[in-house]
This record gives sequence, structure tokens and C-alpha cells, in this order.
Amino acid sequence: FNLAAQIWNHTFYWQSMSPDGGACDDALKVKAQLKSDFGSFDKFVEEFKTRAAKHFGSGWIWLSVNAEKKLVITDGHDAFNPIKDGLTPILTIDVWEHAYYVDQRNDRGAYIAVFMSLINWSKVEERYNAAV
Amino acid sequence: FQCFHRRVSFLRSFDNLASNLSIAMAEEKQDRFTLPALPFAEDALKDKGISQETIQYHYGKHHAGYVRKLNAQDKDGNVAKDKSLEDLIKAQDTSPKVFNLAAQIWNHTFYWESMAPDGGACKDDLNVAKQLAKDFGSFDKFMEQFKARAGGHFGSGWVWLSVDKEKKLVITDGHDAFNPLKDGLTPVLTIDVWEHAYYVDRRNDRGAYINSFVSLINWAKVEERYNACK
Repeated sequence: FNLAAQIWNHTFYWQSMSPDGGACDDALKVKAQLKSDFGSFDKFVEEFKTRAAKHFGSGWIWLSVNAEKKLVITDGHDAFNPIKDGLTPILTIDVWEHAYYVDQRNDRGAYIAVFMSLINWSKVEERYNAAV
Repeated sequence: FQCFHRRVSFLRSFDNLASNLSIAMAEEKQDRFTLPALPFAEDALKDKGISQETIQYHYGKHHAGYVRKLNAQDKDGNVAKDKSLEDLIKAQDTSPKVFNLAAQIWNHTFYWESMAPDGGACKDDLNVAKQLAKDFGSFDKFMEQFKARAGGHFGSGWVWLSVDKEKKLVITDGHDAFNPLKDGLTPVLTIDVWEHAYYVDRRNDRGAYINSFVSLINWAKVEERYNACK
């Protein structure tokens, strides 16, 4: 499981980023849903960043579509994958130290900010639309 | 007269400020938990593969950070009074957040004490060497197992050598802030396998780091801890 999930998770992680990423266009359906489920887009970003920063030890933070077609943030240890919980992931951030120790050393917050500026929102939108 | 009046007002306001400050200082709690001194210089382990930079981050940021955060939790009233780090680790009702911080402080202190610049050689006549040979078949078999457990642990965590209730030596390992005190064991040696322990010097090569660690083991300290258990 650890090996299979880590393969899948990392593939998903690379797809969650792109060099020209970062800006979440108001026209995107996923943005409208995020506003609906979190109160505002900024509140979603705040929660996502907080969950990523506070996760203790190795793991992953996910944004997924649940059975009620709502967007939820879940996180877990090591090779954690929300598919096991019947969710459909659309975005992930890796918070294992190897993701940021080369560039940011212990400063996970700086890495999270970098990640946010790279989010491939068109891919997130694609996954969201496929899920709903 | 105006000059005198201004001087008096100034002195009064200064007096207010001074007494406000002393009230604030009296109310501010002392830090309950402190960062223990490193038992060696920051660069003392570099010749065997653990660089000064690693120590600066590992001790100066990670270990120090846990102390800072636990003190913050304490000032917010979230840490049981009159409990030592060890008490907090062992108590059933310690919150996960406080447990993680307390255990990580304790674990890291133990980790620094597990190493010494002149470490590495385990003499045959040490009591712990004899017990290891007995409990693992040979010292080499112990070493092989310890390294395999450290190499095989998935994710962040710690690998421990401890004395159990039957006075036997056992290797246990666990996630994140795992500490064998909770299992009623008495630890004698630990290795940190969080990636921050080796990513600066070895990147992903945990095996190389484990070899460095083994060449640094403070066997005199391990022996001391083992003998204290008898």
C-alpha cells in the first residue's frame, strides 16, 4: 500500500503544479464551489495552508470532492490517500520534509507559499468537473 | 515655573510607565521548559558525516522550536502543571499536541546524548555489549537489526534500543514523536529517522546517515543507561 499510494500520490502532486500556475480564475466552477463550501476563496486558502503547516510528521494534505459533491480538505500520515475514504481528490500538497528541505530547510511555511503560487488550477478544474 | 511643571509631568509619566513595565514583567511567566545544552560543539560530528549546518537546523530550529512551542502551550494553560516532560509523555490524558511537543523535546535531548565525536566503538567488556550478544545472538546481529529497522521505517519517526521489564534489550520503532517510555520500557539509545536528520548531508540516502550515526554511538552513555536499569 505504501509503495502504490506513494507512486500515485507523487504523480498527482506533479500534476497539481505548473510553472504558470497560481491564479484561480473567478470563472472556474471549482472556485465557485470553494466559495460556497468555505465561505470565501481566501478562507479556503487559509484553511488549506493551515492544515498543511500544522500536519505533524510526514504526510499529505488533499482537497477532494465528497459524495455530496462538496469540497473537503483532509490530511493524513505518510502515504495517506483519500480514495480509501471514497473521496475524489482534485489537489494535493506533499508535506514530507523531502519536499522542502533542500530549498527551504525547516521553513515549511515558505514552501507552502511557493506551492500555492504554482497550483495548476486548470487541472484542478478539470478534475473537479469530472467528479461532479 | 513652566519648566518645573513640564519636568514634573515628565517624571510622573515616566513613573507610570516604569510601574506598568514592572507589573508586566512580574505577570509574564518564566519559560517552564528549557532547551538543554548540546553535549558537543555544533561541528564536532562533521568528520563522521553530520555537519554543523545539520546541527544548526536540527538543534537550533527543530529542537529549539519544540521547546518554544511547548512553552507557548504552557502559557495558554494547555500543559498539566507539576508534570515533567517524562510525566507528560507517560500520562494517558496528555493531549496529542502536547504529547508531540514534550516527546520531541525529550527524544531530541536523548538523541544528542546518544552520540559523541569519539563514539562508535563498543567494547566487548561492556555490560550492554554482553547483553546485546545474548539477546540478539551476537553484537553484529544486533547492529544488523538496528540498522535494518532504522532503514526500513516508513515516514518520520524514531528507532529505539531499550531495556524491558525482563531486563532484556529490545528494539522498537514508531512514528513521529514515538517514545518507548509509554510502553514501560527504559530506553538506552535512539536514532532519529525524520528526514530533517539527514536531508542536508545525505539527501535521500538514509542508509549513509545510519552508518554515520552508528560510527558516532556514545557507547559509554549507553552503558551508563543500561547499568542504571539493573
